[in-house]
Amino acid sequence: MRYVLIGIAMGAFMVVALAGFRGDISRKPPLEVFADMDRQPKLRPMEPNAFFKNGLSSQPLVKGTVGRSEPLVTASGEKVYPFQTNHAVNKGYTIADEATNFVSIPLPVTMGFLERGRERFGISCVPCHGAQGDGNGIVGKFGFSGIRDLHGETALKLSDGALFKIISEGQKSSPTEAGMMGYASNIDIADRWAIVAYVRALQLSRLGNAKKDNVPTRFLIPEKAPEAKKEGTQ
Amino acid sequence: MSNVFPKWTNRLPLIALVGGLVTGACVIAGATYYFTPKYSRVGYQPVQPVSFSHEIHAGQLGLDCRYCHNGVEKSWFSNIPAAETCMRCHNSVLKDDPRLQPIRDAFENDKPIKWVQVHKTPDYVYFNHSVHVNRGVSCVKCHGRVDQMDEVKHAKPLSMAFCLDCHRSPHEHVRPQSEVFNLGWEPGEDWVAERDGAALVNKMKLRTSESCSACHR
Ligand code: HEC
Ligand code: HEC
Ligand code: HEC
Ligand code: HEC
Ligand code: HEC
Ligand code: HEC
Repeated sequence: MRYVLIGIAMGAFMVVALAGFRGDISRKPPLEVFADMDRQPKLRPMEPNAFFKNGLSSQPLVKGTVGRSEPLVTASGEKVYPFQTNHAVNKGYTIADEATNFVSIPLPVTMGFLERGRERFGISCVPCHGAQGDGNGIVGKFGFSGIRDLHGETALKLSDGALFKIISEGQKSSPTEAGMMGYASNIDIADRWAIVAYVRALQLSRLGNAKKDNVPTRFLIPEKAPEAKKEGTQ
Repeated sequence: MSNVFPKWTNRLPLIALVGGLVTGACVIAGATYYFTPKYSRVGYQPVQPVSFSHEIHAGQLGLDCRYCHNGVEKSWFSNIPAAETCMRCHNSVLKDDPRLQPIRDAFENDKPIKWVQVHKTPDYVYFNHSVHVNRGVSCVKCHGRVDQMDEVKHAKPLSMAFCLDCHRSPHEHVRPQSEVFNLGWEPGEDWVAERDGAALVNKMKLRTSESCSACHR
């Protein structure tokens, strides 16, 4: 009897010694014991795929493909589709006159729109420009040089469309510094306009008691939208 | 007559019975302990091609998950960021660090980085990130404290029992929508009171969903 029990105890000890405990770190992928239908020949995004020459299962769009999703409706009621790539709503400026014909925020500015802008600014811009927009974000403390203060004179004088263009395409004004890369691939068009609206509100909040005539006239655009002003002056 | 069966064989049935019971109990205990996702998956931590650390980026730098996983609110699928996303910072921070060479190569040649996938449900399971993330279910419920992991590891079993635990009483697991991406958030007393009332369930339209066709379609 004793030997039988000792045998079982040793067996159990060996299993634990070999297999370890739950939650132990393992570098090997989990076994799929009865892998009946676990893996089917369907494609998952981002998985390698030998069928295509470039080895991707999520193929890049064929050149010239146009997106036909929901249109954005501008404040004046115009519908703008994403495939109208040269439209001012999608680009920030009208293409006709090079990059000078900047537009102001074309989408209706509501409180919800500003809140959305605040959230998106917090995700994408705060790491560098800081929550106040003063350029003191945390990444600067780790050696990212040349981050701009969004309350600086150049930034105040930017039109809405120019701000949109910087968010989409980035800006690099010094050959020795890395500059800012564009966010077109990460932030939707509507969200980029929401960020523009929020940056305007943020700038307005810092103007404090600056005399009205010192403020660039461009900058007075948010006054057209009553909610935007309320946000900025509280 | 000589002894064909020595005396100890009288105890053989007892030994067989006890031994069999103990062995059986051990096998069952071992199988439930080892042959479930709690053992087979939890702790899986593959070696990644770049020593990317969530602890540094999401924890210390405080980056929002959506800076990189920007598709998580919009689609079933939470994307792994492209090299371009890393380069937005690393074109200046640690610009010449050898550890980041694969990222720079990938960015210049427009090639994907071969990250190893950690979490993977079987193909017959229908899962959707956006439905959870937009209903107050935080990443931490299914992925653990990613913001404290140097290397991502599989922290939760993600088995059917795990999904159902929450689907049977979702209101106990949700949090305010603004805290979904704040993994360290702990429910305070007022939130516990609010979520146990019927108002929240109605407002967030939380239903229990145990029907098989929710996850197996
Ligand atoms: C990786 C760090 C980083 C992030 C994130 C970032 N920026 Fe920048 N930003 C910079 C740098 C660096 C510059 C200076 C570029 C240059 O050299 O002209 C800059 C410049 C700007 C300027 C021009 C300011 C001026 O005075 O010319 C604006 C406007 C701006 N950023 C807005 C934004 C917005 C809005 C976001 C969020 C979508 C954002 N930035 C995210 C680093 C960043
Ligand atoms: C700086 C960009 C970045 C940020 C911010 C970030 N991640 Fe990640 N994440 C990555 C990369 C790159 C990978 C793939 C490499 C890896 O698994 O370590 C990844 C992988 C993961 C994985 C494992 C994916 C798999 O293969 O199963 C999870 C889970 C995850 N991230 C969750 C989060 C959560 C939660 C947050 C917010 C706290 C977050 N991430 C923030 C870049 C980021
Ligand atoms: C918001 C800016 C930002 C982004 C985006 C970013 N990083 Fe970093 N990364 C940093 C900073 C800041 C450090 C810390 C540098 C230091 O310690 O001096 C760092 C450190 C690192 C390190 C070194 C870690 C260590 O152990 O010291 C690696 C590797 C790295 N990042 C990889 C990546 C990868 C891969 C991505 C893309 C998924 C990425 N980073 C995206 C800012 C960023
Ligand atoms: C309800 C549970 C749940 C929640 C909440 C959740 N995830 Fe996931 N996540 C999963 C599952 C399950 C998978 C495996 C999906 C698959 O099979 O591809 C996964 C996969 C991932 C992946 C890897 C995708 C890939 O294919 O490599 C990333 C990255 C990720 N999640 C990030 C996040 C982030 C960031 C959050 C929070 C915003 C989050 N997840 C919230 C369950 C969850
Ligand atoms: C921490 C809580 C939690 C966990 C864990 C969780 N879910 Fe959910 N899930 C929810 C909530 C909340 C909803 C929204 C319920 C509703 O529609 O009322 C939901 C909805 C869903 C839906 C959509 C249901 C429908 O009726 O369309 C699917 C599919 C789903 N979950 C799959 C999964 C899978 C698969 C897992 C396991 C990997 C999982 N969930 C784990 C909380 C959770
Ligand atoms: C909340 C989502 C969810 C619901 C609802 C659900 N399942 Fe599942 N089911 C899963 C997941 C996730 C797995 C994969 C488990 C794993 O890989 O460990 C699974 C696996 C299975 C498996 C395969 C188990 C195995 O180990 O091979 C069967 C069979 C199954 N489910 C049947 C059902 C039936 C029957 C119902 C309805 C009563 C149901 N499921 C409802 C999520 C769900």
